[in-house]
Amino acid sequence: MADPKKVLSIYFTAGYPEKEDTVKVLSQLQEAGVDLVEIGLPFSDPLADGPTIQDSSTAALKNGMHTQLLFDQLKDIRKSIHIPLIVMGYFNPMLQYGVDAFLSQCAQIGIDGIIMPDLPLAEYEQHYKKLYEKHGIKNIFLITPQTSDARIKAIDQASDSFIYLVSTASVTGSKSGFGEEQEAYFERIAQMKLKNPLVVGFGIHDANTFSQATKHTSGAIIGSAFIKTITEKGLKGISPFIKSLRPH
Amino acid sequence: MKKTYHVDENGYYGSFGGAYIPEMLFPNTEELRTQYLDIMGSESFKKEFDALLKDYVGRPTPLYFAKRLSALYNTKIYLKREDLCHTGAHKVNNTIGQILMAKRLGKTRIIAETGAGQHGVATATVCALMGMECVVYMGAVDIKRQAPNVARMKMLGATVRAAESGSKTLKDATNEAIRDWINNPVNTHYIIGSVVGPHPYPDMVARFQSVISKEIKSQLLEKEGRENPDHVVACVGGGSNAAGAYYHFLDTPQVNIIAVEAAGKGIHTGESAATSALGKEGIIHGSKTLLMQTKDGQITEPYSISAGLDYPGVGPMHAHLFESKRAEFISVTDQDAMAAGLLVSKMEGIIPAIETSHAFAIFESRPFGKEEVVVVNLSGRGDKDLNTYIDYFKL
Repeated sequence: MADPKKVLSIYFTAGYPEKEDTVKVLSQLQEAGVDLVEIGLPFSDPLADGPTIQDSSTAALKNGMHTQLLFDQLKDIRKSIHIPLIVMGYFNPMLQYGVDAFLSQCAQIGIDGIIMPDLPLAEYEQHYKKLYEKHGIKNIFLITPQTSDARIKAIDQASDSFIYLVSTASVTGSKSGFGEEQEAYFERIAQMKLKNPLVVGFGIHDANTFSQATKHTSGAIIGSAFIKTITEKGLKGISPFIKSLRPH
Repeated sequence: MKKTYHVDENGYYGSFGGAYIPEMLFPNTEELRTQYLDIMGSESFKKEFDALLKDYVGRPTPLYFAKRLSALYNTKIYLKREDLCHTGAHKVNNTIGQILMAKRLGKTRIIAETGAGQHGVATATVCALMGMECVVYMGAVDIKRQAPNVARMKMLGATVRAAESGSKTLKDATNEAIRDWINNPVNTHYIIGSVVGPHPYPDMVARFQSVISKEIKSQLLEKEGRENPDHVVACVGGGSNAAGAYYHFLDTPQVNIIAVEAAGKGIHTGESAATSALGKEGIIHGSKTLLMQTKDGQITEPYSISAGLDYPGVGPMHAHLFESKRAEFISVTDQDAMAAGLLVSKMEGIIPAIETSHAFAIFESRPFGKEEVVVVNLSGRGDKDLNTYIDYFKL
């Protein structure tokens, strides 16, 4: 079964299912043994997400979630949460908040890194890298099955935390499972001996896909399947879901 | 370096443009970015494109001197008759160009977004012409509002898929098309319908539409003895007909550029699509541009009686024309646009698309000199809007 040394990462949408659930979800995830959490900042037009995460974003925005509120909710989070925390969202809300101010808030709270799928390498390096470095916030990039080796190497050079390996050509929440094609792809990237660890995301939804995704990599991220669980069962569904991913 | 209003080598118009896309879209846009100029510049492409524009679209479209309107407004008004293009609007200039591009890139499947359905019809048309698979994303709300265009697309062999997320209109249809492209990165080309999206789309679409201003120049030379009008007027939603009408005049400062946006029920009513007045710099559909959004950066819903102007952003070229003050931006309400549409119908025997009616409305309040030459890009015909005209005027 799943190797307990592999990083289990969960994505959830801040302010979902209820506005004040952000901290409660984080506490339960840490309690249940999750190694790393991606806190999703909801956006009106999440291009890279499938219906589950889209719907949770729409609901969170309806609940009144917004950028400053997230920072307020997380203000004292490091008194209780000790696992690494990543903020994941889309670039426009960060741009409107002010990139410098956004990074400064993250640094004060103790956020370790940021994933902005629509802030590509070239724009990051040209305009924002210095600001990320000034605040000591890691920027995490995605690579996909179509990313060229040369670009993977460039992304590896520009990273110093981990690389988010997108499992398949798809938006989030696809449920097809992994076949030989994915395994060959994970193995191919693993053999490139990159300096950053690889964490797989997209399409991981149970112990079996977690185990497949982490065979050649350092860990895996579960998003849509987790959101579905709390949509259907509420926060009491968190602990059993996490335990089902890494049965002892 | 000479000041230019065209795109720079990094894909920017001033500070607007770029390619703010998820990594999943990088290989496709990069393939396009590195090849589009070479492909468009090749002799075989130019020959095929020009021949289709001539024999299939019906170009060149006439430049018509609108005698009665000119007399009414005491100036010289010429109409660039894009309404006479096959499918009834300028949109087909771009879809012809992009399907030839897709073929040369080895793509076998075409996707597109559509609001009112005009770009969807123009895309379905060229896919039928080339025998390619075609999927058009359209907001569920728009599918109900625009039933005849949905039927047209189906007759042309396209699959119409409803966008059920968000407000279920153009912005959401665009999101769904982008998601489809993420899911189908190898065999699919995305034919974007306006000068929006990540670089190189805004420049590529502007180049395909630039045939409009190229023809205006030679036609005006014939009629007025000069290539340059004093003013060129176009309506702007995303801005593709405007980009085509302005293209060859962008760096000719003596030609005044006028962009007409939809004020909806009034700029400050909360029901408007006047992006230059209400928008702020941000990222939409892969491009840094002016867009309507909350202070928190959530993209808001625009409103206009015209489905083609109902977009919360403008292309980066137009954002730059606005910010640099190169163009004059005017916004026109539903009410004034509808009145102008009726007036042009009665005075010139041409029923314009409601989008274009916005451009005609400016003559009521914006005076022009008696000897000045004003070219209005008549971007589309009003057949598709007949139901809206009927309801509005109780015809």
